[in-house]
Amino acid sequence: MHISTDPWVWVAAILTLAIFTFLYKDNPLFKFAEHLFVGVATGYGLVIIYFNAFKPNLYQPLFVEHNLLYIIPFFFGILYFSAAIPKFSYMMRWPIALLLGIGSGLSIPLSFQTYIVEHTKSTILRFPYPNAALFINALILFIGVLTVLIYFYFSYPHKGAIGTISRIGIIFIMIGFGASFGYTVMARFSLLVGRIQFLLGQWLGIHTVM
Amino acid sequence: MRDFLIKLSKIERRYIYLALFLALTLPLIFPPNFPQKMSPTVKSVFEFIDTLPPGSHVLLSADYDASVLPEVDPMYRAVLKHCILRGVIPIGMTLYPQGAVLALDAFKEAEEYLGARRDTDYVFLGYQAGFQAVILGIGENIKNVFPKDYFGTPIDSIPAMRGVNNYKDIALVISFSGSSVPVTWVIYAYSKYHQKVAAAVTAVSAADFYPYIQTGQFVGMLAGMKGAAEYEYAVRKIMKDEGIEKLPPAKAVKGMDANSIGHLLIMLFIIIGNLGYFAAKRRK
Repeated sequence: MHISTDPWVWVAAILTLAIFTFLYKDNPLFKFAEHLFVGVATGYGLVIIYFNAFKPNLYQPLFVEHNLLYIIPFFFGILYFSAAIPKFSYMMRWPIALLLGIGSGLSIPLSFQTYIVEHTKSTILRFPYPNAALFINALILFIGVLTVLIYFYFSYPHKGAIGTISRIGIIFIMIGFGASFGYTVMARFSLLVGRIQFLLGQWLGIHTVM
Repeated sequence: MRDFLIKLSKIERRYIYLALFLALTLPLIFPPNFPQKMSPTVKSVFEFIDTLPPGSHVLLSADYDASVLPEVDPMYRAVLKHCILRGVIPIGMTLYPQGAVLALDAFKEAEEYLGARRDTDYVFLGYQAGFQAVILGIGENIKNVFPKDYFGTPIDSIPAMRGVNNYKDIALVISFSGSSVPVTWVIYAYSKYHQKVAAAVTAVSAADFYPYIQTGQFVGMLAGMKGAAEYEYAVRKIMKDEGIEKLPPAKAVKGMDANSIGHLLIMLFIIIGNLGYFAAKRRK
């Protein structure tokens, strides 16, 4: 066991423990660590974006290389700040409209292809299957998609055959939720394990942990 | 017995926290060393990289930040080392501002344990803002999006980037993420440029990504700490087989030991909770 002599490891360990104090109840120590994290993350992000996005993509070409074409994105970008002046705040809609137009134009056909076409194709039963396991897998998927779609079809009362099918759909949805919950438990445990590994390994120097 | 079960199901949550803490801590101090069998989705990614000809390029996008570090970071490190061990050139990049420093640390680890050399065995491009614009831009010409690497070296003068212009020259893109960014890669890189994409994601989002494996939009997927542990275990085995004596920390493998014990405890809690519920219901 070799306790760390790195002051930054100590800072990280103390802040981790400060966050863990929330398990007892909300307290000033937790609040301090929380606000410090938000402040540091925002500051860090701002600096990175300034040097990696604003400077090379706008400042350098427009103000250093004098490429006047960049006046257009500069003009639309500056309009975002019009939100601060109530008289001109309507101008903020122009860059938003531009971004929405470009974004929609780019994403609608590709999203349709990604989410609808490809996923529908993969639910279609395509005979023959190389083995029984693949056929059973495809059949479960086919039944699952159909029954869940019928469960979300609200234009017809869920009675009789439709009611039975939609109940089968609920079973599929519940299995999906169960899988998600299981994975969520693992995710949350993993985050805690990561912190325990840090506290025991890097901070307290228990070598078996890492 | 019935009273005991009812009492047990109403136990104060602080005792549950303590039990969980012990269940997750003790296996880290006294590791049970559970074996890691590779699941099919992880195997697909592993075999894809394993069978690439040396000199091929794989784009490793570190689309994560510190909040998902314990799950996603071991994946990034393991895949990166696998590429270098097989002579495949990893191109590191990120769509997240915080991703650059985290990924850079993984490359430094590869330098330390495998003797990987910057610009020859790997390239690190760093962060570029704009998700869709970056992904689409790489499809046209990667040099337009990243004219210089993270260290300021012009892309044209990096030997490992010779002949790499766009997705046609990249065998696989792997998005390491704790959000829906891998789907953004599918939308703009797979659907538009037919680029092969794989995902390495947190467990909490894994269930949402399985349909993309079924459709073939993902080559494979590493899901949560389990996926990380399986890949890490396989890469450590390669390193041992190649006679590398100094091995990096097995954070995911050891973390998964603790995770497995924690899961057993949660299952026990669920069973006790249900038995207590039914016992109380019967009494009424």
